[in-house]
Amino acid sequence: MPAALLHALRALPIWLYVLLLYGFIFLPVGVLVLFSFQESRIPVPPFNGPSLRWYEAVFSDPRMMDALANSVAVALLSSLVAVVLGFLAAYALARHRLPLAGLLQGFLTAPLTVSYLIIAMGLLITFNQLGVPKSLLTVGIGHVVINLPLCFAILYSQMGEHQANIERAARDLGAREWQVLVLVTVPMMWPALFASFFLSVTFSWDEFIIAFMVSRFDVTLPVEIWSMLRTGLNPKTNAVGSFVFLISIATVLILDLVILRSRKA
Amino acid sequence: MTDPAVEFRNVSMRFGDKVALQDIDLAIEEGSFVVLLGPSGGGKTTLLNILGGFLAPSSGQVFIKGSEVTHVPPARRPTTTVFQDYALFPHMSIAANVGFGLKMRGVPKAERAARVEKALEMVGLGHTALRRIHELSGGQRQRIALARALVVEPSVLLLDEPLGALDLKLRRQMQEELKAIQKRVGTTFVHVTHDQEEAMAIGDVIVVMNDGSIEDWGSPERVYLQPASRFTANFMGDNNLIEGRVTRVAGDRVEVATAFGSFLLPGTAESGASVALSLRPEHLHPETAAGRVTLGQGRVVEAGFFGTHHQCSVALAGHEDVLKLRLPQKRLVQPGESLGLYADPADMVLITR
Repeated sequence: MPAALLHALRALPIWLYVLLLYGFIFLPVGVLVLFSFQESRIPVPPFNGPSLRWYEAVFSDPRMMDALANSVAVALLSSLVAVVLGFLAAYALARHRLPLAGLLQGFLTAPLTVSYLIIAMGLLITFNQLGVPKSLLTVGIGHVVINLPLCFAILYSQMGEHQANIERAARDLGAREWQVLVLVTVPMMWPALFASFFLSVTFSWDEFIIAFMVSRFDVTLPVEIWSMLRTGLNPKTNAVGSFVFLISIATVLILDLVILRSRKA
Repeated sequence: MTDPAVEFRNVSMRFGDKVALQDIDLAIEEGSFVVLLGPSGGGKTTLLNILGGFLAPSSGQVFIKGSEVTHVPPARRPTTTVFQDYALFPHMSIAANVGFGLKMRGVPKAERAARVEKALEMVGLGHTALRRIHELSGGQRQRIALARALVVEPSVLLLDEPLGALDLKLRRQMQEELKAIQKRVGTTFVHVTHDQEEAMAIGDVIVVMNDGSIEDWGSPERVYLQPASRFTANFMGDNNLIEGRVTRVAGDRVEVATAFGSFLLPGTAESGASVALSLRPEHLHPETAAGRVTLGQGRVVEAGFFGTHHQCSVALAGHEDVLKLRLPQKRLVQPGESLGLYADPADMVLITR
């Protein structure tokens, strides 16, 4: 017994450390979620809920709902474009000997290292110069710019020599190039395609700076939340923030499940 | 005269400055089991890739049944390949894997199903059609890859070190099966391996390749018993190569002077030429008999038991090189033991290359 006690005492600092670390990461989110269920008008202690009135307020606010629909559309469409472009680029670089391949690859992945603020400013200047009006389309283009390098990197890393040999086998058995792509490469790469799509969706879903700078009348949810915050804190912002967080978590969970399942296979 | 199943004419392959194949001329007879044998980097896989259409040769021509295919893509060649890593389609069922080639050829569904079933039965996996690839063992994947390649009835089946990933016992078993299946379907098989035992076990014809050239080719017996070059003599199983010089030519016999004495043996060579004698370990004996001459007295340096025989290395007095010989299963031998060595000059093979 004393030995076990001693052991437990020794483990105490470790558990304390773990608790502090996770607290540091999750406490703000926890507080946000908790006070979204607040009954009164101000999201500060004491907590006097739970109540769903602020969620009701969010879901009956037409501006919020418009922003939500915009966010979903931008996230799904821009991710789709990013995955398709990233896949084609990865396939070209992994399967063919291209001149300046190293340089091409470098330029494709470089935006990963550039801050969103710089990308947003660059896009803003470019759109202005070209006379492209700020809209959801420009937001979508911005999100393709940030997600394409990610999709390319994920997909390129999954196109190994073994996969190339499987495509060779398909050709050997009489498949034409488009048949190799449609019947073998895409289905074989399905988990990686899925992963890059869902990662893109989560990044687009809560991206703020680019969406803020290149949109005008129609805005995405993070931008709508920001304009709401300018009028002061109230539990409604907590509610919509919690909702955004919930969707992000759900997407990551789906992604995790799919990847884990394919790993086992 | 019918056209050979495969013919290489003057085929060369260069990768940048590196010469992978040098003027390959080779004709492969219809229905034979040909093994391309050689060390890694010898050019055998490059030759197979040229035959499969995955590489175009730098120069030269390739013919399959008389028609030129040098620049025909793999999809339109009458060849299929069994890949080293099997390259099965991981996202398809076994039946879909085997039926893929037939689907690409537009074979109707009902006929396809029947032929897939027959192919799976041929490789002994008739009951697995609906299973997934990852549920199979290595040996089973190997058979599926074979069924997938054979079901489209290619003129030539290419096998790229297909048994390399299997353990020894399974490999021996698959060798027998491959041989049996080849006899049954009668398709020309071209098989690449670096395992000379495998080559002898399955090949009708062995083509020994080294440094991008064909060193030797012929039946396993011919290549093993009468190797054409020093490389072949060393590569095909254990051997003793004794360097020497031709001192006298007498009709179809030559006398060769070596460090172990002078021997008169069959063969043709010019007087004064540097030659080598190939003397297999199983042809070296510790006792004399009719026709045998002595090579000298030696001391056993190393001895190992191989089940069917003892293999030992013997150092002869006054020589640096050791000779390898085989002793019968029940003859116990210890390092340090003194042995007299005898051989029949008729078992020695004159090698001029």
